[in-house]
Amino acid sequence: MLSANLSAIFYLISGVLFILALRGLSSPETSRQGNFFGILGMVIAITVTFLSVGNFSSGFIYVLIFLLIGGLIGAYIAYKIPMTAMPELVAGFHSLVGLAAVFVAISAFLNPEAFNLGSPGNIKLGSLIEMSIGAAVGAVTFSGSIIAFLKLQGIMSGSPITFKGQHPLNALILISIVVVTYLLCATQSANLFWILLAISFLIGFLLIIPIGGADMPVVISMLNSYSGWAAAGIGFTLENTALIITGALVGSSGAILSYIMCKGMNRSFFNVILGGFGATDQTSSTGNKEQKPVKNGNAEDAAFLMKNASSVIIVPGYGMAVAQAQHALREMVDTLKKNDIKVSYAIHPVAGRMPGHMNVLLAEANVPYDEVFELEEINNDFANADVAFVIGANDVTNPAAKTDPQSPIYGMPVLDVEKCKSILFVKRSLSPGYAGIDNDLFYKENTLMLFADAKKMTEDITKNL
Amino acid sequence: MEIDPFIFRLSIFILSIFIGYYVVWSVTPSLHTPLMSVTNAISSVIIVGAIIAGLAGNSDNIFNNSSIFGFLAISLAAINIFGGFLVTQRMLAMYKKKKKDK
Repeated sequence: MLSANLSAIFYLISGVLFILALRGLSSPETSRQGNFFGILGMVIAITVTFLSVGNFSSGFIYVLIFLLIGGLIGAYIAYKIPMTAMPELVAGFHSLVGLAAVFVAISAFLNPEAFNLGSPGNIKLGSLIEMSIGAAVGAVTFSGSIIAFLKLQGIMSGSPITFKGQHPLNALILISIVVVTYLLCATQSANLFWILLAISFLIGFLLIIPIGGADMPVVISMLNSYSGWAAAGIGFTLENTALIITGALVGSSGAILSYIMCKGMNRSFFNVILGGFGATDQTSSTGNKEQKPVKNGNAEDAAFLMKNASSVIIVPGYGMAVAQAQHALREMVDTLKKNDIKVSYAIHPVAGRMPGHMNVLLAEANVPYDEVFELEEINNDFANADVAFVIGANDVTNPAAKTDPQSPIYGMPVLDVEKCKSILFVKRSLSPGYAGIDNDLFYKENTLMLFADAKKMTEDITKNL
Repeated sequence: MEIDPFIFRLSIFILSIFIGYYVVWSVTPSLHTPLMSVTNAISSVIIVGAIIAGLAGNSDNIFNNSSIFGFLAISLAAINIFGGFLVTQRMLAMYKKKKKDK
């Protein structure tokens, strides 16, 4: 059996390894090594826990069995999941972290002796507070992530669900969470503990239903952050350094990602969380602009334009992910490159349904990462490029964000696609994007609209090159 | 007067938030998706609590009402640990530099 001090040292080591795991992600070259550090940290933490409990009775076998069952399911999912489904996967994983935190808290509440926290009905006050916070945040993470998962998976409609009195209701529930926690700590009543869990599940559900599909990058990052805070809460209860360090890392990581996503949409965090965007914002200007003529092109026209270009910038968006067009796109680019045409990719921070979504899809299609650029890096190049090929993106190219103060997306950073000599838009229809606003680019003199499925159109263009 | 050990844990927590803040800002935006999946995997270190809970049952009654939650939590966390690290590995393997001979 390992002494408490020695195991604390090992937990510290695994905490440090987790920091190195995140540090490795600063560049693709060091990232794989970082992931290895993370795995090593996890192995150390689990091994030390076994050794410190030192109870190799029959229970030990069951621990291994349950570990193995979970491990096999996890490994199976990891190998089978298509890259386009990554947002759903991450949301699903968040819900599991949340639920695991809830279960650990329940277990500690029912059997505090096992964790040295006192006896049932007489749990140390500090531990009880930490446990309640961990359980409540875990429950919110769980139910919130389930809703996010259902919305991303398309089982639940991606449009915001709002009803009258939503905000007062949420506020009321949040206040009652605080009150119940206080009463729980005062009375140690098991019933209050269950009530606390129930209302926390409820608020997680209510917080996410009013948020629309395109705001999912913010929601996923936010739930990522919550799962970290839940882990930290449990870490305080268990007096475990590895958990506290990890919880803090994950919590701040998710918070930073939510901030980056909000900035990418020029919206405040509260504006996103309070929800309802997209459902109400059918702007008045949409009606008359529908009449304007658009230039409708086909694959041959597009191929002709690109063949005569010397540089092409590709702007991918969520539509590319939906159509699974990333491989077809890379084949098109390969053909272009054979004709000595310079090609680069421009990624908007909120393209897709989660942070970095487009980058992963392009990486999957074997696009070298040094051809892929972020908004700030590439925005000046549009003026010198011959063709912008916009595939499945819309709002992130809309010049109204720069020129029209009335527009709901005014102030949002956008890609300067309109500065290109010619613009190709691959879209299924002329329908506006999620913000419900029209894009002036569609009606420009030098814009060619290619109405088709993104994958099919890209393949056709390649044939014509 | 002695300092409560809670204060030490709180110090670790606060300092880790700052470490997280600086480390995550240095993560390149193209790796934000792997960042989310790996943070997912590491936050499942909560499995240490689940193992303690699972092993707390005595030998004649392995599945009492407290340890059963521990066992369930072990499986949930294990899905995340294996799933999270492996899917991150799979993604990172795809990030390659331009090869001339391709």
